[in-house]
Amino acid sequence: MARGPTGGAGPGPVAPSAVPPRLVAVPVNPDLQGRVLPPTPPYLVGREKVREFARATGSTSPLSLDPEAARAAGHADVVAPPTFAIVVQEATLAQLLAEPDAGIDFSLVVHGDQRFSYTRPIVAGDELTATLTVTSVKTLGGNAMVTAASDVVDQAGEHVVTATSTLVVRGDS
Amino acid sequence: MTALEVGAVVAETTYALDRGSLVRYAGASGDFNPIHYRDDVAASVGLPGVLAHGMLTMGLAVQPVVAWLESLTEPGRPPGRVTDYQVRFTRPVVVDPEAGAEVVVSAKLAQLDDEAGTGRVDLTVTAAGQTVLGKAQVRVAFA
Repeated sequence: MARGPTGGAGPGPVAPSAVPPRLVAVPVNPDLQGRVLPPTPPYLVGREKVREFARATGSTSPLSLDPEAARAAGHADVVAPPTFAIVVQEATLAQLLAEPDAGIDFSLVVHGDQRFSYTRPIVAGDELTATLTVTSVKTLGGNAMVTAASDVVDQAGEHVVTATSTLVVRGDS
Repeated sequence: MTALEVGAVVAETTYALDRGSLVRYAGASGDFNPIHYRDDVAASVGLPGVLAHGMLTMGLAVQPVVAWLESLTEPGRPPGRVTDYQVRFTRPVVVDPEAGAEVVVSAKLAQLDDEAGTGRVDLTVTAAGQTVLGKAQVRVAFA
C-alpha cells in the first residue's frame, strides 16, 4: 500500500505557501474546499430497488416491503430505508473523485464518517437530483480528511435529504 | 404510546452475515469494490480478510430502531421515523468465508423531547466483541 515518496511534488497542485511543510506529502488539493459540483442526472427511485435494498440491509419494515402497507400509512409507494440515500449520493462522490485537480487517490481513500439528515423519507417514484459541496478539507497526522455534503432534492426542487461523507485519504506511509 | 424512559435499551438484534450477504448488498447498493467479495484482492491491499461494506453495517444497525418506532404505532397508522442518522466507521467487520460474522446492535434511548415529539437513540454496534461503529446516533420523530 505504501507509495513512493513524492518529494513534495504530489500529483495535485499543492501550493507550498498554503500548506505546512510536513504536510506537503498529502496530495489532496486544499482549494477543493467550498467547491460545488454540477447536479447529477435525475435518479428515479424504483419500487423493486427499494425492496431489494431493504432486504439486503435486514429490514422487516412493511412500509419498505409492501406497497399496500406504505399506502395505508400515507405514502405514495414503498419507503426507502434510512441509508438508501447512499445510492443517490454515490454518483456525487464519483464526481468528486474524478475532479481532475482533486488529487484524491481512490486506492488511499477510507470512509471515515457518514450522516443522513432527512426532511422527508425517500419514496419509490421520487426523481432525485444530488448536488455535492465540499464543506471541508483538513489534514490530520499526515492524512487528509475531505468532508462533502450532497443535497438531494426531488423533481419539485424540494429538499429530501443531505448525505454527508468524510473521506480519509491516507498520506504516504 | 408506551411510556418512554431515557436510558432504556429499546432494541437489541444480532445479524448473521455471510459472503452472500455482502454480494447481495453489493448488488442492492451498486458498491462493487472487490475487497467486499474477493479474498485475494483484500489480502493484496493488506486487509485481514474480506470486509463487510461499512454502509451495510450502518444500514443493518438502524433497522432495530425502525422496527421499534413501528412497534410504538398501531398497524396502518404512520409510524415515527428516522430524521437523522450518523456513524463513524471505527473498525472493519471481517467476514470469514465459512463462519461469516455476527453484528450485534443495541439501541438505547439517549434523549427525549416530549414537547417536540423527538428523541435520540444511541447505538452500540459490535462484531467479534469489538465496537465497529462510533458515535452512532439516530434522531427520530415519534408519530
